[in-house]
Amino acid sequence: MNDLVLSLFRLGFLVLIWLLVLSVVGSMRRDLAIGSRARTGKPSARALKKNPELAEPEPAARKAATSLQILEGPLAGRIIQLQGQPLLFGRAQDATIVLEDDYASGRHARLFPQGSRWFIEDLGSTNGTFVGDSQLSRAQAVEPGQRIRIGKTVLELKA
Amino acid sequence: MTDVQTAPVPRRNLELLLLLLALCVGGSAFFLVGSASEVSDNKNFIIQMSIMTFLALIIHVLLRIFAKYADPVILPITVALNSLGLAMIHRIDIAKGTSQSARQLMWTAIAVVVAGIVLWAVKDHRILRKFTYIALLVSIVLLLLPLIPKLGVTINGARIWIRIAGFSLQPGELAKITLSIFFAGYLSSNRDLILMAGRKFGPLQLPRMRDMAPMVIAWLLSIGVLVIQRDLGSAILFFGLFILMIYVATSRISWVLIGLSMVAAGGIFAYTTMDHVQRRVNVWLNAFDPEIYQARGGSAQIVEGLFGMADGGLFGTGLGGGSPYRVPLANSDMIIASFGEEIGLIGVTAIVLLFLLLVSRGLRAALGSRDTFGKLLASGLAFTLGLQCVVIIGGVTRLIPLTGLATPFMAAGGSSLLANWIIIALLLLISHNARRPMAGAVGPTDEIATPKSSTLKERLAVIKH
Repeated sequence: MNDLVLSLFRLGFLVLIWLLVLSVVGSMRRDLAIGSRARTGKPSARALKKNPELAEPEPAARKAATSLQILEGPLAGRIIQLQGQPLLFGRAQDATIVLEDDYASGRHARLFPQGSRWFIEDLGSTNGTFVGDSQLSRAQAVEPGQRIRIGKTVLELKA
Repeated sequence: MTDVQTAPVPRRNLELLLLLLALCVGGSAFFLVGSASEVSDNKNFIIQMSIMTFLALIIHVLLRIFAKYADPVILPITVALNSLGLAMIHRIDIAKGTSQSARQLMWTAIAVVVAGIVLWAVKDHRILRKFTYIALLVSIVLLLLPLIPKLGVTINGARIWIRIAGFSLQPGELAKITLSIFFAGYLSSNRDLILMAGRKFGPLQLPRMRDMAPMVIAWLLSIGVLVIQRDLGSAILFFGLFILMIYVATSRISWVLIGLSMVAAGGIFAYTTMDHVQRRVNVWLNAFDPEIYQARGGSAQIVEGLFGMADGGLFGTGLGGGSPYRVPLANSDMIIASFGEEIGLIGVTAIVLLFLLLVSRGLRAALGSRDTFGKLLASGLAFTLGLQCVVIIGGVTRLIPLTGLATPFMAAGGSSLLANWIIIALLLLISHNARRPMAGAVGPTDEIATPKSSTLKERLAVIKH
């Protein structure tokens, strides 16, 4: 093969491999916009100026939960002061709150603070953890007043 | 916990497009190798490339069926790296008259089929959590296999191979997967205990010994076996994996400090007691000393590689235009140096970037994953890939002492190829689970991803109470 043609092919190869790198980066662009989905659906500042009725009422300042009340189950009536430390629920003896309940798993769920809110996370329990009527599939924020069910135990955060 | 989700779109067509581009890169590498050599048998290159294309399409179709929402760029990057490696091995074959590339292609086929079986059999990575302790047991067995007298073989001073029916295998390569599964499974269920129980010791919080015991035993065992087998690269890999997984699980910087001081202690211990470690460090620091260059097992390999890369310069000598075959192990340990010579800094930068993108996609799958086990497993597997690249590319470029780790997907070697393709299959599955629509929004793959349907009765029983 002609030397010039071969050199051109070799340069072309370098261009091609960089084309692959750049198209991979280009196709990842969507992922770089983390969190932008949270804003979609909300009206933009310009849209708000045009029709002020779109503005949502300011959410009432959230009060941080300070205690945990157990409403039903073996420990009913107990009130636990929250110290900003994560709590572990389950039948295991080393759990923070030991549940004497056949419907609870050894390490059933975890309640932990993040920022000013508390989150509950199911730790792979057999019977699941429920907030309201819906079963948890991942960590979820809980507000004071929402009912959390773990086995026979029902809990509620108090502000 | 931060919620990092993008709207679920399968994006399999994008994958196909990128896959074709990746195959073009591989094909043109083969074409250049063929056209530069005097004995240009282009038939061979067409056969090899069409097998590669066929294998890539198998995985693509399997993804369409089993993991529709998997990350679209992982597979194309892997295929590009694998076919570039094949082309380079083929190129060294032509120069040396060996036939390593046929072997490598056969191993690629085996690895891709196994990866396909993993995709089909596992479907949901959370199943693997059930095998936490079995994974530990399997890792120990895999690491101990080469020490069995008749089975194990010593090659280049490291006893890490076994020979079965004419095949040399490196079981330690697979152990990095099973060990990742164990670490992920153990830490995801015991994270709270490790985090909450324990004494405060100044700014550091130390966990109770019994919470950490299985982890420490696993770690000691793998390191111990590796010291006996004299495989430094894998020891670094397992050590790094151990520190990273604990850090990801607990997000305590104190763990990194403890880990790094353990590395320092281990490093000093290895340097003072083991002569082959001493030799490696000496070769690294005084590579250009003529005496060390000429010594047996001296720095000739590294220095020849550096000369080759210097010869390649910015644009390289072109595939088939240089003489990378002068370096010992040019198609396995030193394959990055071979690339440096033939496609130059520009080409090697692209390869390193492809590795970087691959690791970043693995970490992205970890970030999006909805369960702790998936997060830990994905970050562990991605980190394994990344650390292998750092250790071997750093070694070849004389940034750190050279240790024998395989460049993922590129270096000639079946076990490494097999293990890395399994890692890719697992990362694809985890990314599928991270990106698929939430339960509730009806998706075609929902029944695959919700393994709890059998517990419906129990759930009803709970609700009645």
